[in-house]
Amino acid sequence: MVSTPVDVTKVDAILDEYRRDPLMLVQILRRVQAEYGCVPPAVRMHISRALNLPPAQVHGVVEFYHFMSSAPQGAYRIRLSDNITDRMLGNEAIMDRLCEKLGVKRGETRADGRVSVDYTSCTGMCDQGPAALANGLAVTRLTVTRVDEMARLIEMSAPLTTWPHDWFHVEDNIRRRHLTLNTEIEPGAAIRAVIKRGADAILREVQLSGLRGRGGAGYGTALKWKVCREAPWTPRYVTCNADEGEPGTFKDRVLLTGFADVMIEGMTVCAMIIGAEKGFIYLRGEYEYLHHHLLEVLWRRRAEHLLGADILGSGKKFDVDIHLGAGAYICGEENALIESLEGKRGIPRVRPPFLATHGYLQHPTANNNVETFVQAAQIAVEGGQWFSAAGTEKSKGTKLLSVSGDVERPGIYEIPWGATVAHVCEEARALGEILAVQVGGPSGAMISAAELERRVAYEDLPTGGSFMVFNTSRDIVLIAQNFARFFARESCGFCTPCRVGTQVLRRTIDKVVAGHGSEIELGEIEEIGRIVKGMSHCGLGQTAANPILDSLKRFRDRYESRLATREFVPDFDLDSAVAESRRLTGRDDSLAHLAR
Amino acid sequence: MSLTITIDGQEIPFEPGQTVMQAAAEAGVYIPHLCYNPDFKPHGSCKLCTCKVNGRYATTCTLPAAEGMVVENKTEGVQADRRRLTQMLFVEGNHYCPFCEKSGNCQLQAVAYHVGMQDSFFGHFYPRREMDASHPDILLDRDRCIQCDLCVKASREVDGKSVFGLGGRGMRTRLVVNSESGLLKDTDIAKEDRAAHICPTGAIIVKRVGYQIPIGERLYDRQDISQVGNRQPALRLEE
Repeated sequence: MVSTPVDVTKVDAILDEYRRDPLMLVQILRRVQAEYGCVPPAVRMHISRALNLPPAQVHGVVEFYHFMSSAPQGAYRIRLSDNITDRMLGNEAIMDRLCEKLGVKRGETRADGRVSVDYTSCTGMCDQGPAALANGLAVTRLTVTRVDEMARLIEMSAPLTTWPHDWFHVEDNIRRRHLTLNTEIEPGAAIRAVIKRGADAILREVQLSGLRGRGGAGYGTALKWKVCREAPWTPRYVTCNADEGEPGTFKDRVLLTGFADVMIEGMTVCAMIIGAEKGFIYLRGEYEYLHHHLLEVLWRRRAEHLLGADILGSGKKFDVDIHLGAGAYICGEENALIESLEGKRGIPRVRPPFLATHGYLQHPTANNNVETFVQAAQIAVEGGQWFSAAGTEKSKGTKLLSVSGDVERPGIYEIPWGATVAHVCEEARALGEILAVQVGGPSGAMISAAELERRVAYEDLPTGGSFMVFNTSRDIVLIAQNFARFFARESCGFCTPCRVGTQVLRRTIDKVVAGHGSEIELGEIEEIGRIVKGMSHCGLGQTAANPILDSLKRFRDRYESRLATREFVPDFDLDSAVAESRRLTGRDDSLAHLAR
Repeated sequence: MSLTITIDGQEIPFEPGQTVMQAAAEAGVYIPHLCYNPDFKPHGSCKLCTCKVNGRYATTCTLPAAEGMVVENKTEGVQADRRRLTQMLFVEGNHYCPFCEKSGNCQLQAVAYHVGMQDSFFGHFYPRREMDASHPDILLDRDRCIQCDLCVKASREVDGKSVFGLGGRGMRTRLVVNSESGLLKDTDIAKEDRAAHICPTGAIIVKRVGYQIPIGERLYDRQDISQVGNRQPALRLEE
């Protein structure tokens, strides 16, 4: 293949903007993708030479992220969010309508290069779906009417800036406030507390608060920071995981919108405690619309000396950069996130060692969730006891839940840990009779209506914040299928059990849904589910089988009612296998068909 | 006092810093593996070396040995799950053992025999993967690639060339070649390179030497992989 000459002036400008730093590879490629609609092979080579990276590494990164491609995509790229909640709100009809109006097939680019349409994983708008991304920007509350208008604007080549503003309007939908959402701290208050009382005292407050990581894993925040600060080498780093990709989660989006100052303050407090001078916010690509807002907050804080070379006259130095993701659920896994920050494919590292000692560039790194940093800043001001007064013995304080699905009032509910599932459902006004609740997203747990008295807490049902309610009008098998497809699409492909196992689970449930399943498939789901769970490399694989195993355990009858027979039925259909021959020979008579 | 772990009831000594895999190998205990090669930093991706360690599954090529660890390696439960993993590797690619040049010297095939794999169990995925026969001396057949990363490491660390990299993701993870055309002929790989010989399967093979040893007389035709490990037979590169 001979490279077609490409004008690289724009690429050079982008490279210069990122100081030709190979660690910025993902950021550079994102910009190139936006500029050219793809990363053409010639541009890829140019970048690899400019950054002194092997072309295979650049190529590998382009192929890894959903929002990058080597082949040209449409000038308009519409991606419909495909979380189960979007599906319940009718995203399939939206997809059909959009494809029909634009004359394009899902997953393809129209021949004239005008538009491409596809599904994407949950975009974090479950309380205001069906949602989409239009050239990377979040669109909410899609309707058939809006889609018709969108198609018309696309045919007119109308720039996105001229599209109706309210399509891009994102609601906070804060429904219930508790400690965190009720507390406003003045910018700089937490930093002043560290300066006044000293890093040790504030670390003790965080310890006393009992704060645990809010991303879902629940590791003790003070302990993580302590390990990090005691690691005997520098520089150390603070990273904020703003890559909330768990389907059904959107509470970080709301915090990033209204509590960005407090979050950055929390990062600064952490930096002062562990002795870091550099921090990163890893913002999921789906939240690109928040990028500018966050940059503004950073600029203001620099102007107010809350960031920069001498923070509030303390002599301490700290600043924060924002890195954008490019469509990869796996990058919410902290090890994959750090790899992506370093400009690589988001493949989870082998542990040990852990990030607290060997994180960004193999240096000590405190990586925490958005909510964790917000609460840490508040604890620095209000004290550990203020926080630990709420919650349970092992789950101190409060938790933000993102509630969606069959409820009248979807949105953000801040609850003290230990609240029952029934209580949350009641507050959100569950619609109809509850069938099941998915606590913690597909990687969490699915519980049935008989278990609503269970508690949202590390002791019982831990969660990163996703809370999806399903009523009896829903089909549990289709819900599990949606989640199985999600994991199969998002597996990074590193390890065998997850790479292949998630595909096997998806294929098996597809077979059951198609009516070709038997008891044998149900047994296979259980066996393979156990293997994927037990043998996978990281949290993605270790939890990927949860929804299918949980639903099978609780709603086996729903699966059984879909079985064709209790005996084995091959998923290979002889008659459809010769369809191509029929088409080629132009025959469709009875002899050209094989009886089933 | 020396440090020990037990593997299937046998006491195995280890030095601090050794992995379970290293300690086992030194004591002559075979733990199945494909992406692990003692000359390189462990990758930990194939998961065939998974053992039950103190009752929980762990990847032994990356797990540091610790005093008193109780490891189950050859128990039926562990072997049965490894059998499924091996079957997964077979169905996700296109493996044609009966007419593959590597047959008999292939570690994937040998591990399959070792874990008692009789069939593929899962439906085959039949992926479409690109073959690269552009290079005069070396063939890259992605159908047989298991994404172990060994050629990537060998080329980078031993040959100093970085000819390969892993690209794609999920089921579309694939070996990418370091040239604008994406073809091997436009790289500086040579048949003497370590990268040309390290593949545990038949994804990267040197051309024209495949049948020097007849099928039936090859390494794993004669002995189980647990007896001979992953020693590759030396090929005569010059004819």
